Amino acid sequence: MDQPDQPDQLDHLRAATPVRTRLADLAGQRWLWPLVALALILLVDGVISPGFFSVRIVEGRLFGSVIDVLYRGTPTALVALGMAVVIGTKGIDLSVGAVIAIVGAVMTDLIHREMAAPAVLALSLGTGVLCGLWNGFLVAVLDIQPIIATLILMVAGRGIAQMIDTGMIITFRSEFFSAISTGQILTVPSRILVAVATFVLLWLFLRRTALGLFIESVGGNAAAANLAGVEAKAVRIGAYMLSGLCSGIAGVLICADVRGSDANNAGLFIELDAILAVVIGGASLSGGRFYLGLTVVGVLIIQSLTTSILVSGLPPQYNLVVKAVVVLIVLLLQARPVREAAFGLVRRRKT
Amino acid sequence: MKERYLPIGATVTVFVLLYLIGALLYSNFLSTLVLGNLLTDNAFVIIAAVGVTFVIISGGIDLSIGSMIGFISVAMAYLVSLGWHPVAAAAVMIAFGMVFGAFQGFIIDFCAIEPFIITLAGLFLLRGMCFMVSLDSVPIHHPFVDAFSDWHIPLGGGGRLSGSALVMLAVLAGGVVIAHFTSFGTNVYAIGGDRNSAALMGVPMRRTTVMIYALGGFYSSLGGVIYAFYTASGYPLAAVGVELDAIAAVVLGGTLLTGGVGLVFGTLFGGLIQGTIQTLISFNGSLTSWWTKIFIGVLLFVFIVTQRSIMRSFVLRRAT
Repeated sequence: MDQPDQPDQLDHLRAATPVRTRLADLAGQRWLWPLVALALILLVDGVISPGFFSVRIVEGRLFGSVIDVLYRGTPTALVALGMAVVIGTKGIDLSVGAVIAIVGAVMTDLIHREMAAPAVLALSLGTGVLCGLWNGFLVAVLDIQPIIATLILMVAGRGIAQMIDTGMIITFRSEFFSAISTGQILTVPSRILVAVATFVLLWLFLRRTALGLFIESVGGNAAAANLAGVEAKAVRIGAYMLSGLCSGIAGVLICADVRGSDANNAGLFIELDAILAVVIGGASLSGGRFYLGLTVVGVLIIQSLTTSILVSGLPPQYNLVVKAVVVLIVLLLQARPVREAAFGLVRRRKT
Repeated sequence: MKERYLPIGATVTVFVLLYLIGALLYSNFLSTLVLGNLLTDNAFVIIAAVGVTFVIISGGIDLSIGSMIGFISVAMAYLVSLGWHPVAAAAVMIAFGMVFGAFQGFIIDFCAIEPFIITLAGLFLLRGMCFMVSLDSVPIHHPFVDAFSDWHIPLGGGGRLSGSALVMLAVLAGGVVIAHFTSFGTNVYAIGGDRNSAALMGVPMRRTTVMIYALGGFYSSLGGVIYAFYTASGYPLAAVGVELDAIAAVVLGGTLLTGGVGLVFGTLFGGLIQGTIQTLISFNGSLTSWWTKIFIGVLLFVFIVTQRSIMRSFVLRRAT
């Protein structure tokens, strides 16, 4: 089999076996593996925990494992949506966790200054956008590599948040913010509605206009996009500001959830989950494409994995290992060389 | 002075300046005691950072090292508690680190997945393995470990060069030799400079990539061994986030994250700069730990902007 014309032979075989080709094409569909993975995880959940899919209404609120997955996945989903846009421009945003900490600290501080709740919300989200503007400035104007540009805010951000908090964990009481995060509207937890609304708005904004295409063109080839009349700089800065806004929303939800600002732990490691979700959702870190819907599927995979380990009765210390292994398998299935090698093996055995 | 030595010149200058500021502010700062402690306390980060330097010069990144250090320390403590000799445990763990690194390198090259993502999965995997070994801190009681932490070379003036610091300096020297005097080192620079050209020139891509990450695994697992000896314990949450300290040390040391440019030697000073800032802040007493983070962030910013302008003028000069 080690003749130099082996690729031609394979092509020949491919042409002769149309059914298998169609299978190979299906296996190459980017939406397939994330959905298969999610379905498998949910299937396993249903088997090991018979009550997994039951949804009840307790005290005027939807209640059940599936709702729990959605509820807990909300902050990560919000961050991942912003991350998807940034990754689409061939960037990455490591600072999202630190932005969550800063937004939480600003929000807590403003609440203690007895400012009106809507104004606090606006200023908190504005802080997130401002953080994004800083990242975008470093990446687009100073032309610094995105990993390192956002690393600066990632390292310094938690320090800034601690400075605002004066080094303490500060708590607050606010009915407005409790309603946004832990409250419910028509039995649906309101934070899930916040996430769905953000997703829909973002999708309309990016996919019903040419903006999404601009982002992907900048990620694919910034110079060519520029020549084609796309303001590459503005698009990039905008992407980071959008990511800052999404992290800001997540920060408000997380802080309102625990009714306090914890600069050290708010949103810790959320950037890693968010990046994994975007990549599981079929985007490439080399830019040029991003999928909002599949990103949400990626978040659901990660979150339902965590939940299923909890309901399965496995000791929680297995959580990370199982998560890492499943994520690796999904990544490997998506990688083209692996699929080709696997299909090559199957073909070789049959011929 | 050659352009390639400009960044390291800036790094050493910043380190000397920071140290002089310390010496001016605090009378005890300019002593062998402080210098010796600086080398000892930062030994494990710098050792791991040397490995990261190779990975970054090749244009990759390794996020798994913090978890690697944590896992090695817990696993070492566990093996020693089973009655293993610490040196045997260290040898096994370093072999594990190299195999794990090689595995990461193989996946990165074979599957053409970004190093960022694969080593991120490695970060989760190794941290999860920490929790599977133990959920609590495990002390290491062994005469050898006590002897290792007591042993030192007196520097005069109360300072001491500890075993950890000596190991760090030795493997740093080893790293410099590998980077500049072996064909493997040349290949690393070639891949980082331009992947396609390197492949066309006949650099063995897969073998080199696997070796780069195996070398990274060697250095981070050795960092874990030194960390276990230094703290005489293993703790599953140890060294969380150290990968960022190590990457920051590499960047402060003048290595470009775009790959192809950098010196292993600079990483020593990158690590020492971070250590000096921490020492300065603890000497001050009234500044709290969050200032360390802000300072390092500001320094990173200044360094990167300066590097950018140096590189730009270099590229412009070459173009004309």
